[in-house]
Amino acid sequence: MTATLSLRSVTRQFGATTAVDKATLDIQPGEFVGVIGRSGAGKSTMLRLINRLVEPTSGAIFFDGAEVSAFRGRALRNWRRDCAMIFQQFNLVDRLDVLTNVLIGRLADHGFLSSMAMRFSDAERAMAIEALDRLDLLPQALQRAGTLSGGQQQRVAIAKALVQRPRIMLADEPIASLDPANASRVMDGLRQINREDGLTVLVNLHTLDTARAYCDRIIAMRAGRVMFDGTPFQLTDDVVRDIYGLDGLAEFNEAVTSTTARATGRVTEQA
Amino acid sequence: MTATADPALPAGPGDPMRAFEHAYAARRRRARIGWVVGTAIFLVLFALTSWAGDFFKVTQVTLPDGSRDWRWILPAGLPRLGEYIEKTLPALHWDSLGADLANWFWRWKIWLKLLFQTILIAFLATTLGVAGGFLLSFPAARNLAPNRWGLWLTRRYLEVARTVPELVWALIFVFCFGVGPMAGVLAIGLHACGALGKLYSEVNENIDMRPLEGVRAAGGTWFDQIRYGAVPQVLPNIVSYTLLRFEINVRSSSIIGYVGAGGLGQEFRTAMSFQEYTDLSALFLIIFATVALIDYGSEKLRHRIIGMDLDQSRRDARAQVI
Repeated sequence: MTATLSLRSVTRQFGATTAVDKATLDIQPGEFVGVIGRSGAGKSTMLRLINRLVEPTSGAIFFDGAEVSAFRGRALRNWRRDCAMIFQQFNLVDRLDVLTNVLIGRLADHGFLSSMAMRFSDAERAMAIEALDRLDLLPQALQRAGTLSGGQQQRVAIAKALVQRPRIMLADEPIASLDPANASRVMDGLRQINREDGLTVLVNLHTLDTARAYCDRIIAMRAGRVMFDGTPFQLTDDVVRDIYGLDGLAEFNEAVTSTTARATGRVTEQA
Repeated sequence: MTATADPALPAGPGDPMRAFEHAYAARRRRARIGWVVGTAIFLVLFALTSWAGDFFKVTQVTLPDGSRDWRWILPAGLPRLGEYIEKTLPALHWDSLGADLANWFWRWKIWLKLLFQTILIAFLATTLGVAGGFLLSFPAARNLAPNRWGLWLTRRYLEVARTVPELVWALIFVFCFGVGPMAGVLAIGLHACGALGKLYSEVNENIDMRPLEGVRAAGGTWFDQIRYGAVPQVLPNIVSYTLLRFEINVRSSSIIGYVGAGGLGQEFRTAMSFQEYTDLSALFLIIFATVALIDYGSEKLRHRIIGMDLDQSRRDARAQVI
C-alpha cells in the first residue's frame, strides 16, 4: 500500500442528488489517469472529495496507509498540500503578482505571523522562481496574475502546485477554458511533471481525444458511478456510447469535441 | 395577438407563438399593475408623513400693522431664517475691519485648540473604527464566516455599535471617562466601527470565491484564505470607504463636544447659552472651511489611489503585450 491512493465506496450526496455514488478506485503511484464523462457525471466532485474540499457523505479515502478522509486541522492542511489541485478557472488571486501567487503553495508550512505578513524565505522564493522558469513564466513573475492570458494563468497554477512539493496532482478540467495551443501546452506540462518527477496525475477531461493522447489509464463516470476503468485502447466506441448515453445520436465525432491542438497532430508547438 | 393571424400556422393551445403572446401580455399587465399600486402607496405615505410632520399646519402670525392673522406655516416661518442669519452676522465696517474681525473671532486661541482637538478625535476614531470594522467584517460576511455563531455575534455587535447614535455613545462615555476628547474618540470610533464593519462586510460578500478556494486547496488556513484570497480583492474599496468615513467623522467630531466629549462642539453650546450669536457664525465658518478642506484632500487622495490601481493594471497589460 505504498503511496497508493484508494477510494473505498466513496459517496457524496447534495440534497436528493448523488454526485458520486460508491466510487471504489486504486490509483498507483506515477500513473497518469484521465477521468471522463458528461457534465454533471460527478468528475469534479470526485476530485474535490480527494482533496477534501468536499466532505464525503460515506466511504473512506486512503493514501499511503492513512485514512485521508478522517484528517482534521494540521493533518488536513498537510494533505491538501500533498495533493495539489488545479482548477478550470485557475483560482489565482488576480490582484497579487505571479510570484506571490506561486508562493501561496508554501502556506501550509507557514505559521500565522509569517503568513499574515506575506513573508517567505529566500529558499521558498528560489523554489517558486525555479518552478516559474520551468513553465516559461519567469518574465511575468512580477506582473499581476489577472493580466495574464488564460494559458499563462493555468501554468502559474501548475507552478503553484509544484512548490507545494505534492505527491499527487489533481487537475479539474484544466484545459476547458483554454484555446487549443494553450491547452496542449498545459497538458504537456502535466505530462512532463508526471514523467520527470514521477508525480501521480489525476485529471478530469471533457474531451476523449485528449484523454486518449495523454493518459495511461482512463476512468469514465456516469451519474456518479465509475462505469469504465481501463487503458485508452480498451475504450471502444461501444463503451463511449454507453458512457455518454448517445442512444439517439448515431454520429459521434471525437474530433468535434477536441480542444487540444497536439492531440490531433495539426499543430505541434505554439507559444 | 398579431402573430396568430397567419392562417398557415396551426392556432391551437399548443401553438408556441400564441403561448408567448399570452405570457408576454400577462407579464406586461402584471408590471403595470405593480407600478400603479406602488405609486399609489408612495403618494399616500408621502401625504400622511407630511401631514404628521406639521407641513400643512396653519399658524398665527403678527402682521406689520400689529394685527394677528392665520397663515400657512411655510411662508410664515421662512422669513425668520433671514432674521436668524442676520442676528449671527457680525457688524463689519470697512474703516475698522481689523478690529471688527478680531472682535468676531475673539476666542480664536481657544477655537484653534479645539479645532485641533476636533481633527484629533476624527483621526483617532477613524483609526479605531477601521481596525475594528476591518477585522470583524470577515466573520460578519455570510460567504466568509467560519461558523454560524461567529457570524451572528459579529453581526449583532456591529448592529448595536452603529444603531446607537454617536451622541448617545458620547453621553455614556462622558459619564464613564469624564468630559474631554477621549469620550468623543470612543463614541465616534465605536459608531464608525459598526458602520464600517457593515460596509466592509458587504464588500466582502461580493468577492470572487475562487481565489479563496485556490488557497484552501493548497493547504491554507481560514486566515490564509482571507489574507491572500479576500484582502487583495477588497483593499481598494476599503481605502475608499475609510477616507469617506474620515470626512464623516470630522463632521461628527465638530458637534460631539455639545455633550462634553471634546472638540469645537462645546463652543456651540456656550455661544447659544450666552446668546453670543456672532460666535455661531464664526464657528460655522471654521468648521465649514475645515470640512471642505478635508473633503477636498481626501477626495483627491481617493481618486489618486483608484487611479494608481488602474495605472498598475494598465502597466501590467502593456508589459503583457510586449
